[in-house]
Amino acid sequence: MVTIGRRALLGTTLGTGAALAMPAVRAGAQGGGGSPGVKIGLVAVLTGPQAALGTQLRDGFLQGLKHLDGKLGGLPAEVVVIDDELRPEVAVTKVRAAIERDKVDVVAGVVFSNILAAIIRPVTESGTFLISTNAGPSTLAGRGCNPNFFTTSYNNDQVHSVMGQAAQDSGYRRVFVMTPNYQAGRDAAAGFKSRFKGEVVDEVYVPLTQLDFSAELAKIAAAKPDALFTFMPGGLGVNLVRQYRQAGLANIPFLSTFTVDEATLPAQGEAALGFYSAASWAPNMENAANLKFVRDFEAAYGYVPATYAAQSYDSAMLLDSAIRKVGGRLADKDAFRAALRAADFRSVRGPFKFGANHYPVQDFWLCQVAKRADGKYQTETVRKVLENDTDPYAAECRMR
Amino acid sequence: MSLGLLLVQGLNGLQFGVLLFLVAAGLTLVFGVMDFINLAHGVQYMLGAYLGASLAALTGSFWLGLVLALPAALLCGLLLEWLVFRHLYDRDHLSQVLATFGVILFLNQAVRAIWGSAPLQMPVPPLLEGGITLLPGLQYPVYRIAILAAGLATAGLLWLLVERTRVGALVRAGATHAPMVAALGVDIRRLFMLVFGFGAMLAGFAGVMAAPILSVDPGMGDTVLILAFVVIVIGGIGSVRGAFIAALLVGLIETIGRSLMPDLLRLVMAASPARQAGAAIGSMLVYIAMALILAVRPRGLFPVRG
Repeated sequence: MVTIGRRALLGTTLGTGAALAMPAVRAGAQGGGGSPGVKIGLVAVLTGPQAALGTQLRDGFLQGLKHLDGKLGGLPAEVVVIDDELRPEVAVTKVRAAIERDKVDVVAGVVFSNILAAIIRPVTESGTFLISTNAGPSTLAGRGCNPNFFTTSYNNDQVHSVMGQAAQDSGYRRVFVMTPNYQAGRDAAAGFKSRFKGEVVDEVYVPLTQLDFSAELAKIAAAKPDALFTFMPGGLGVNLVRQYRQAGLANIPFLSTFTVDEATLPAQGEAALGFYSAASWAPNMENAANLKFVRDFEAAYGYVPATYAAQSYDSAMLLDSAIRKVGGRLADKDAFRAALRAADFRSVRGPFKFGANHYPVQDFWLCQVAKRADGKYQTETVRKVLENDTDPYAAECRMR
Repeated sequence: MSLGLLLVQGLNGLQFGVLLFLVAAGLTLVFGVMDFINLAHGVQYMLGAYLGASLAALTGSFWLGLVLALPAALLCGLLLEWLVFRHLYDRDHLSQVLATFGVILFLNQAVRAIWGSAPLQMPVPPLLEGGITLLPGLQYPVYRIAILAAGLATAGLLWLLVERTRVGALVRAGATHAPMVAALGVDIRRLFMLVFGFGAMLAGFAGVMAAPILSVDPGMGDTVLILAFVVIVIGGIGSVRGAFIAALLVGLIETIGRSLMPDLLRLVMAASPARQAGAAIGSMLVYIAMALILAVRPRGLFPVRG
C-alpha cells in the first residue's frame, strides 16, 4: 500500500541482502521435514504510528486460524508474529531469523510495500513462500513477478484507478487531486488519472509529515471542483477528513483510497460520514463467509475489521486449502505452488482467483462510510465499479 | 491567488504559529534558564492531547477536559522532572539528549500501551462549532479562530508574567546568569522545577487545543518538536519574545510558502514539475529561512545572553 522511497530502500536492501547472504546457511530442507505441524511467520507493523494497521492484519489472520481450529490443511499451525517496526532493515533481520532459526514454512502478512520490497529476496531465495496480505506493489506484479510470491490483496495502482473510473462514471468533470509527496502518492495520482478522463483542476502534493491541511483546503475551496480525489493513509487521513468537514467542504464529494477505512474511522467518526473509498471488500458484503468472519472477528477483538484483516483472513483460508491439497507435504514446492495458485477457498470477497502474476483477479467496489445501528462506523459497498479486473501489469509477468 | 485566499492562508499561518509558540515557550525557557536540552518536550504536547481527549470523553465535556488536563499535564511535567530530568542538570548536553530521547521512546510506547495505537478523537466543543465564511465556499472554522485568540491571550499573559512579576524577573535573571542568581540566595532548583512544570503545562495546553483538529496519536509530538526547535533557534534561546515572533514567522512561512511555491514556480516551469518541486521547496522554506536568519544574526533574533 505505502511505499516509502521504494527505490532507495530497494537499493540498500539489495546491498545488505548480498552482504548477509554469504555466511547465511541455506536452510533449503526446511519445511515438512518430518515435523508434524506447520509454522507461519506473520509480518506486521505493531509499533509506531501505523501499528493499528498491523494489529488489524494480525487479528485477521488469527481469526482465520480460530475458524480452522488452529489447523492449516489439517496440520496443527503455529504462528510466529514478527513486528517489522516499519523499518526495512529490522524486517529483514527478523524474517531471516524466522526462516533460519524458527524454520517457518511460509511467511505471510506485510502492511507496507517498502517492507515487502526489503524481505522479498531473503524469503523467496531461501525457497520459502511469501504471501502478502496487504502490500501489492506494481514492481512485483509485472517484470518483477516471482513464482514464490502471492498476494491476497490487490495491486496498489488498481485501487486508485478504480476511483478514477468511479469519478468518470459519476460524471464529474473537474477533479482536484491531493496526495503526499512521495512515490506512492505520485503513483496514486497517476493511477487515478489512468481512468479519469475529465479535467484535473489542480494537483497538490503535501509533505508526508503534514498535520494541518488548512492551506490546501483553502485552495480546494477556491478551485470549486466537482470532487476531490485523495490518498492520505493513516494519521494523515484522520487529520484531513476532520479538517475537510470542519471547513464546510463536505458538499464537495470526497473520493479517496486508503484514507477512510475501519482502521481510521474510530478517530474520524462522524466527520467521515458519506465519504467515498475504493476497495475489493467491505464489512457489509452479504456472503456466508463474510458474515461469519465479521461477526466472530468483532466478538473476539471488539472492533470492526478493515481490509487489512479481511485479506489476512483470506490468506489463512488460502493456506489451509493449499496445504490440504498437497496433503501436508510442503517440501514439494511445485505441488504447493500449484495448490496455492488454484485458490480453492471461500473468500470473504466472494469470487476470488489468481492471475498469471499471482495477484488476484477480482471485483472492485465504490464504498461509502456509513454509521451502523450500533453506532460504529464502517465502509459499505455502493456499486461495483470493475468486474473481474486483472491488474495492468499482469501481461508483463514472465514467471521463471 | 486571490486576496481572499491570501487572507485565509495568513490566518492559517498565524494559527499554526501560536500553537508552535505554546510549545516553544516552554522549550526556550527550559533551554535558556537551565541550559538543559529537553527533547522530551514534544512528548508533553502529546500527553496534553491524550489527557485532554480522554478526560473530555470521560466527563463528556470539552471544557472540563481542558480544565482537568492542564493540572494533569503540570503534574506529569513535575513528575518527569523529579524522576529523570533533575539528575541531568549537571551533565553535558550529550547525556541530556540521550536521556530525554529515551524518555520520548518510553512515553510513546507507554501511551500506546495505555490508549492503543489507533488515533483518538476529541470533538470540537458545541460552542465553537461551525464557521465563518471568509471565502466563497470555504468555512473558516470558529474553533481555529478560538485557537488563535487563546494563543494570543496566553502569549500576553506570559509576557506579563515574565516581564512584570518577581518570578518573571528571576526567570529572566536565571536565563542570563544562573550561578549569580543562586549566589544571591535564590533556590535555583525550585525555580527550575517551576519553570519546567509551567513549560510542560503550556505544551500540554497546546496539545489539548490541537487535539480537535489534528489526530491524537503516539508520536504526534515528534513533528512539533522539530519545528519548536527551529522556532527557539530563530527567536534566540531563552527569549520568550523571540519565540513568539519566530513562531508566528515560522507558521506564516510554512503555510503561505507551501501554498504559494507551486504557483510561483509555475511561472518559470512546466505545471507538473512545478507542483512537485514547489511542494518540496515549500517544505524546505522554514529551514532555508532559519539558515538565512542565523547567517545574519547567529544568536537569533532576540539573543538573551550578550
